[in-house]
Amino acid sequence: MRAHPRGKRWLMRGGHALILAVFTFVLAFPFYWMFITTFKQTTDLLDLANNPFVFNAPPTLQNLRELFLDTEFGRWLLNTVLVGLLVVVITLLLAVPAGYALARLAGRWGQRAGIAIFLTYLIPPTILFIPFSRIVAGLGLQDSLWSLVLVYPSFTVPFCTWLLMGFFKSVPRDIEEAAMIDGLSRFGAFVKVVVPISTAGILTVVIFTLTLVMQEFVYGLTFITSSANYTVSVGVPTFLVRGDVYFWGALMGACLIVSLPIAILYNFFVDRFVAGFTVGAIK
Amino acid sequence: MRRPPVFGDAHALHDERRLGALLLAPAVVYIVLLVGLPFLLAIYYSVSDVTVGNYTPQLVGLRNFERILDDPTFWRSLQNAVVFTVATQILVIVLAHVLALALYADFRGKWLVRLLILLPWVAPISLGSIGWLWIFDPVYSILNWMLQAVGVLAAGERLIWLGQPDLAMASVIAVNVWRLLPLATVIILAGLTSIPQDLHDAAEMDGAGFWRHLFRITLPLTAPIALVALLFGAVFTFTDMIVIYVLTRGGPYDTTQVIASYAFFTGIQGGDLAAGAAISLFLFPVLVAIAILLLTVARRAEVA
Repeated sequence: MRAHPRGKRWLMRGGHALILAVFTFVLAFPFYWMFITTFKQTTDLLDLANNPFVFNAPPTLQNLRELFLDTEFGRWLLNTVLVGLLVVVITLLLAVPAGYALARLAGRWGQRAGIAIFLTYLIPPTILFIPFSRIVAGLGLQDSLWSLVLVYPSFTVPFCTWLLMGFFKSVPRDIEEAAMIDGLSRFGAFVKVVVPISTAGILTVVIFTLTLVMQEFVYGLTFITSSANYTVSVGVPTFLVRGDVYFWGALMGACLIVSLPIAILYNFFVDRFVAGFTVGAIK
Repeated sequence: MRRPPVFGDAHALHDERRLGALLLAPAVVYIVLLVGLPFLLAIYYSVSDVTVGNYTPQLVGLRNFERILDDPTFWRSLQNAVVFTVATQILVIVLAHVLALALYADFRGKWLVRLLILLPWVAPISLGSIGWLWIFDPVYSILNWMLQAVGVLAAGERLIWLGQPDLAMASVIAVNVWRLLPLATVIILAGLTSIPQDLHDAAEMDGAGFWRHLFRITLPLTAPIALVALLFGAVFTFTDMIVIYVLTRGGPYDTTQVIASYAFFTGIQGGDLAAGAAISLFLFPVLVAIAILLLTVARRAEVA
């Protein structure tokens, strides 16, 4: 092998490119498939003689027109955004102070309390959804978006508190101490000095909360029963697939429209998200 | 004007503690009320006869658990959940290492490849699964078309991906691997990046070949973080029902039914909240085991 270093290098490079190409193809293919299905005419889609990878008839906007005009998809998008924003507000109000307290004020037991809070993130909806269905009914919130606003922070707060704790720890102590010497109280320094310079961390939490809300399925499926109150992640798979007739064009359009913006947004923050998972395992 | 706290100032320290508790309290109260309380309620339901219509439930001891342990579908679900989780995690961990090593090198267009690779994880999984439902369609499956094109299947021959027991399980595992692979990959990539360059240089100097380098340096040093990826993946798989709910509803004949989906069908759709709660509690021991392992990993990293 030493005799053909150039040949070996080309082989390595070719192998590297091949591995990446195969993985990228398999992982991204369903989204390409959503894309091409969205813009195909139904007759093209359902003709088995056609090559399914390409447009055999001119592309069409008919499927998207149906999605927005004949289904409540627009309504579901609006519901999702509404729930998302309210959950973001609740999450920030709870997680920002808690994260700061754990990072700065809690002393030795802070780390342990932080881990305990993070571990509650691991308790899945599939254990809690049954009691929640009774609690939600007891509060008169069944089939209401407010049930989601109430319950979603139960998984956004633990994870976001943990992320913010890590973030606040990385803020140099000198900044607060300087502000306190200038006459601010500890709380004043937190609100007026630490929070403003932590915009990046807070923005990360906003993005994660929004994506977690958009991805949530189990609680939505359990609490919501009428189509008008669905969020997209529940409305599309349950309502658009009811019955034997699948409008694949419209369905795939719905999946694509929701997936792509989240994916692009999330992409900028994924490293921080990973850091949240790996605190402790990487030094 | 308040004095700034000075190190060793007992009074200021006391104030700080109180402020800390005050700032922490709302989050803790919320978590206790919305995670702790429902969890206790789940335990209470599992030993009662509560149903959707029954407003005065009685305690019935372990009757629900006895009923579940006599239920062949429950055992089937437990077995399926274990197969589903173990198969997914093995595939994910192996593939994630390969992909992370490929992504570790520099190449043009890396950001685009990364964006495409992350798609399955960031897109809502219920919608990604719908995409797969169309890929697995009994009549129009693109997979069947491709297999026919390369001659594996005869013209007109079809695999019913979600309708044949073994194939259905393989299909839901494939979709779950597809969905978890991006997360495991970026976590392992973070582990690769954290290996000091000196170690790679030293191995290079010693003339270690690719495999020796891989097994002596790279894999051992990424092992703790790979374990983290594995444990999170196991939690997300064992407790999840979305992929299965969307693709097969647990069918055909409960061959893809897992504990989480069976709890849903029994408790929510069947209205038998008590049995549903009892079934879902079988998820808990696994969670505890995984949490303990995670803590051990974290503690060891702290000591090191």
